[in-house]
Amino acid sequence: MGGGHAPGDTSHGDRGHAHHDAPYEPVFVGAVKDELTEILGRYPTKMAALLPALWIVQRERGWVSDSAMAEVAQLLDLTPAYVKGVVTFYTMYHQHPVGKYFVQVCTTSPCGACGAEKVVEAFLKHTGCGELGATSPDGRYTVIEVECLGACGFATPVMINEEFIESVTADKVPELLTQLP
Amino acid sequence: MGYPHTSHPKETPVLSQYFGDPGARSLDGWKQRGGYRALEKALGMSPADIVNEVKESGLRGRGGAGFPTGVKWSFMKPGDGKPHYLCVNADESEPGTFKDREIMRWTPHALIEGAAIGAYAIGAETCYIYIRGEFTEPLRVMNAAVKEAYAAGVIGPNAMGTGKRIDVHVHKGAGAYICGEETALMNSLEGKRGNPRIKPPFPAVAGLFGKPTTINNVETLAAVPHILNRGAAWYKGMSRGNPKSTGTKLFSVCGNVAKPGNYEVEMGFPFKEFLYELCGGPLPGRRFKAIIPGGSSVPIQTVEEAEATVMDYEGFIAQGTMLGSGGVIVFDDSQCMVKHIARLARFYAHESCAQCTQCREGTAWTTRILERIERGHGTMADLDTLLELADQMTGKTICVLSDSCAAPIVSGIKKFRSEFEAHITGKRCPMGATAAA
Ligand SMILES: Cc1cc2nc3c(=O)[nH]c(=O)nc-3n(C[C@H](O)[C@H](O)[C@H](O)COP(=O)(O)O)c2cc1C
Ligand code: SF4
Ligand code: FES
Repeated sequence: MGGGHAPGDTSHGDRGHAHHDAPYEPVFVGAVKDELTEILGRYPTKMAALLPALWIVQRERGWVSDSAMAEVAQLLDLTPAYVKGVVTFYTMYHQHPVGKYFVQVCTTSPCGACGAEKVVEAFLKHTGCGELGATSPDGRYTVIEVECLGACGFATPVMINEEFIESVTADKVPELLTQLP
Repeated sequence: MGYPHTSHPKETPVLSQYFGDPGARSLDGWKQRGGYRALEKALGMSPADIVNEVKESGLRGRGGAGFPTGVKWSFMKPGDGKPHYLCVNADESEPGTFKDREIMRWTPHALIEGAAIGAYAIGAETCYIYIRGEFTEPLRVMNAAVKEAYAAGVIGPNAMGTGKRIDVHVHKGAGAYICGEETALMNSLEGKRGNPRIKPPFPAVAGLFGKPTTINNVETLAAVPHILNRGAAWYKGMSRGNPKSTGTKLFSVCGNVAKPGNYEVEMGFPFKEFLYELCGGPLPGRRFKAIIPGGSSVPIQTVEEAEATVMDYEGFIAQGTMLGSGGVIVFDDSQCMVKHIARLARFYAHESCAQCTQCREGTAWTTRILERIERGHGTMADLDTLLELADQMTGKTICVLSDSCAAPIVSGIKKFRSEFEAHITGKRCPMGATAAA
């Protein structure tokens, strides 16, 4: 929020730029466009479909580029600057490409009391990411620390993409990683 | 049933009865377990009668503030010619709290049923369930359940065949603790940044899309079908003698405790018995040191205070804290309180929406000072500065996130001052949590 980016967001700068050269292909065509139309029917304003539309972009493209923000802005009668202001407010929209596996580890106090820091260390070590927010050289992993995931009794919860894994301990990390396709 | 442990005989499982029972998830399974009878009954009653029944039950909001639910509903005026909305607050992001998650994962139709009854009672045709984006499994389960409920005609343009329209939509959040604050949630739903609004106007006058709106927590709404099925008197009877705190409450328990998980007990249950019997006490060889009983935003209790507490709204206040969201965080004697209080301050600094100066500056500044003390670089004067800042952060901002950051700092310094002083005089963490750099 205030400064609510994942630490190390800037480390993706290079990879982000690589995408600017190819011509932009719109996200909302065909079935995806229909999906948005259905969503618009749930709300009395177009603006209310903004978060759902951004989720669709991220599902289709893996991240939310400036061009995609412009596309969403046009579809919902908003300005690109407005859309960017919303995107940057929330922590879950990626403004840069991330690794194939985006790993989020909760380190808020309750999990911290149960060894979350060691889990983070284990992920950084075994993924080859080295530091928080950086993507591993093979492009497979990005690891970040996040605030309470709402599963504090199952310390330490970890999210890998859409997968929510409970009760992760440092020693379980290597096996978890080898199970990923 | 229980989850992840089996129910303790001293629990009173009402909401948690089917936790861990995958058969309860489907519409058919839910109906076999008595589901949707309350909705059918409700749609045959007048909205005013439902509101009165809920008022009579004594049910209070389970999202943190404990406002009487029936009274909140009575602020809505059905038939005023305006669209009304019901928002379900499923943003559950308060550190220590993970009960709404279990309600949605195991009994999605309990929430849909409670929400549909609530919507009808306040004259709303549309209900939005705002679920935090990180809750991927609850989102999947809720989306599937809503789809099923539409297909069966339980909700939709002709809910339960009564000709009444009740639409229910799941809305996915995108990562922001502040969106659990009711007006921030409404802004977020409208496609805006999740900044809390200045009140008044209150949501019942101008809420979502500027229209009269009620917002309720998941657990609050999940209790409503039981109240309609079994009556207000039955619900009120589940309390240990305090008529202001009635019914059962789900407490999420985490941290350094033998059996973390959710426990459902009658209001007024003794906290000591709860911690040592139900939750299994401390881990082997350890002793409890500090308890935050209502999610990270309430004052920290010493073990002595916790052991003297009865678990209801008034009982927690009598022992210097609040029931809050019912997220019980336990720290044992292996933990450094300075480190945890610093980490909690960092949480609030990260989550501040930054529109109020006292909050934006206060959360960041207190975090810096606390982390400095933790590293062994603090001074005694820092403790006074922290208390002064905390005072500036309390009661002066648009929402209470700022106050929530101050609560553990003030109570922490008051009750664990010797740990702060040991960091300052010894120039390092005495527990070795952080060596002096
Ligand atoms: C910073 C902040 C975060 C909050 N987060 C939540 C939350 O995640 N879930 C919730 O139900 N209430 C949360 N609340 C409380 C809501 O503002 C509101 O009181 C509640 O949803 C009302 O529902 P109830 O009357 O059923 O409790 C939060 C409040 C604040 C100030
Ligand atoms: S108190 Fe903090 S979180 Fe609440 S509105 Fe003000 S700046 Fe935002
Ligand atoms: S503190 Fe880690 S999930 Fe809540």
